[in-house]
Amino acid sequence: MNPNHDHYPEGETLRQSLKKRYRSASLWQAIFFSALVIAMISLAALLYNVIDGAFGYVAFEYKNDPAEFTAKPLDDLNKQELLDILKANLSSGAYTKLDNEKLMKKRSKSVLYTLVLERLIQIDTKQNWSMTDSILHSSGIKTEVSEKYPKAKLEFRSWLTPVFLTTPMSSKAEFAGVRTAILGSLWMVGIAILFALPIGTGAAIYLQEYAIKNFLSRVIQTNINNLAGVPSIVYGMLGLAIFVRAFEPFTSGSMFGITDSNGRTILSAGLTMGVLVLPLIIINAQEAIKAVPDSLRQAAYGVGATRWQTIWHHVLPNALPGILTGSILAVSRAIGETAPLIVVGASTFISLDPDGPFSKFTALPIQIYQWTTRAQSEFHSIAASAIIVLLVLLLTLNATAVLIRNRVQRKY
Amino acid sequence: MQNTQIPEYAIETKNLFVFYGSFAAVSEVNLKIEKQKVTAIIGPSGCGKSTLLRAFNRMNDFVPSSYVTGEVLMRGQNIYGSNIDPVEVRRNIGMVFQKPNPFPKSIYENIAWGARINGFKGNMDELVEQSLRGAALWEEVKDLLKKNAYELSGGQQQRLCIARTIAIQPDIILMDEPASALDPISTLRIEELMQELKKNYTIIIVTHNMQQAARVSDYTAMMMLEKDGSRSGTVIEFSETKKIFTNPKDKRTEDYVTGRFG
Repeated sequence: MNPNHDHYPEGETLRQSLKKRYRSASLWQAIFFSALVIAMISLAALLYNVIDGAFGYVAFEYKNDPAEFTAKPLDDLNKQELLDILKANLSSGAYTKLDNEKLMKKRSKSVLYTLVLERLIQIDTKQNWSMTDSILHSSGIKTEVSEKYPKAKLEFRSWLTPVFLTTPMSSKAEFAGVRTAILGSLWMVGIAILFALPIGTGAAIYLQEYAIKNFLSRVIQTNINNLAGVPSIVYGMLGLAIFVRAFEPFTSGSMFGITDSNGRTILSAGLTMGVLVLPLIIINAQEAIKAVPDSLRQAAYGVGATRWQTIWHHVLPNALPGILTGSILAVSRAIGETAPLIVVGASTFISLDPDGPFSKFTALPIQIYQWTTRAQSEFHSIAASAIIVLLVLLLTLNATAVLIRNRVQRKY
Repeated sequence: MQNTQIPEYAIETKNLFVFYGSFAAVSEVNLKIEKQKVTAIIGPSGCGKSTLLRAFNRMNDFVPSSYVTGEVLMRGQNIYGSNIDPVEVRRNIGMVFQKPNPFPKSIYENIAWGARINGFKGNMDELVEQSLRGAALWEEVKDLLKKNAYELSGGQQQRLCIARTIAIQPDIILMDEPASALDPISTLRIEELMQELKKNYTIIIVTHNMQQAARVSDYTAMMMLEKDGSRSGTVIEFSETKKIFTNPKDKRTEDYVTGRFG
């Protein structure tokens, strides 16, 4: 017995109480662990769901027999033979139109192959299956197809192909791609960042370096923080009221002599997204500026620098990686947003590349949304492929942000 | 032979108060700081030494709600006068901080930047070499001028900060506990450097270390909180360092320098 332990348990009592403490500790540990497991399962389910839709068996029939066009099997044809088939069988008007869009001779073999399928042979998709079904019930699917569609071919297909990335929208899922959507998203995000980055950074500099801390600046700060949490549909309404309607002469381009569009342009969408990410950019830039140590500012003032010289030569260069990281995260937010685009009026079917800020447009999330609402299941498969494209784009952006942050995390 | 002319001081304060809001952090300071001497400001923590030092080059301007009453005269002008630009004040009164704070740039650029923004027209390479020699750093870094200043040791960084300060050729150099973050050898080098520097510059140093004050300074200002409990610091005794340490007039100074402070 330790004589110093007056009011504390000892020996067997101590061991009993320890046991109890360990029990409650392991209970909590188990709870936290299961929380983690649930989170991981949800993520895995999401990924599985997406990938499951993007690959699988497809049963399809040729409306026109390939033998009508060529003696050889389709897959063995070379580029010249494909070109000849198209020339021989398309109406001359249709061929010239295609040639005008892009010289036929300059198109790749796979593009020509797709054209032959799309325009001449014409595919009729009968049924498609998810990846899991395709793998687990492969033989069942084969017998089902041979019974139900005796003329159909069965093929295991990846809906996500390089051609998928480079072809524009089409009314047939087999020939639809995300080219217009990707370009639309890039244009929109480009405009959003051109608008929001200078304004956001400027506002952050003013708030951090110039503004006197008083009631007004606290109100402004609180508002900015809250604006970052406003639902995106609200920004959509704002964009509709201001950019689409009130600024129509500007956003439709009629001010600049463009007459064939209304306010529902890439410019309106980009500006709306810009306003949406503005609070994010301001907050991130403020944090980056705050992280520049005061000792650096004092050093600059100490050698006779003005406030602006201090900001321009020391604060901004050192805050830049943080500001960039913030903007990249803002970009990935903007790329994923759907609701404001619906309100601002993205087109759901558009097959022409956007060619400027005054084009009509579509964007990846809009395209995905539109495809998932279609009844035919092959559209769900291309929606899944488009989701993979979107996810890869977002992950790349976020990884870039992390890389920048880590590379510069050494100073002071 | 005593010079009968009125001595022209580097800095003269008249009834100087420094306020943070309604709180007087430093009150009623009247100092006459001699040119080309080292003047130390000593005193216990929180008595306003740094605040007083920063009042000499208007560094406190960056603290919101701070203001000054009284006068700080330099070259016969009040640096808080309405026609005075604080940037010009800081350009003439260099400052070395407690923690070495070089710019995260090359060693060369650390010195060149201050010169450039102040419109230096001479030969920059020469200025960099001169300044580094002046801070006793040239021999160690002459082959590393393109290297980032953060690769230097703490003591070297602090001497680089001194070099950066003398590059803009101020009249006065303020040092806010310049050696408190350094090891004894680096501290010794800074102290030796101060003896060199005082040939050309007036130096005012804040220090916690009484031995350091005794070693390096010609004059010492002893600061203490006011007895009235207002938490306001003031200079209770100012004279030659020798006198402060051997024959202080004020009982509190004696207690402090002999280590019986409490």
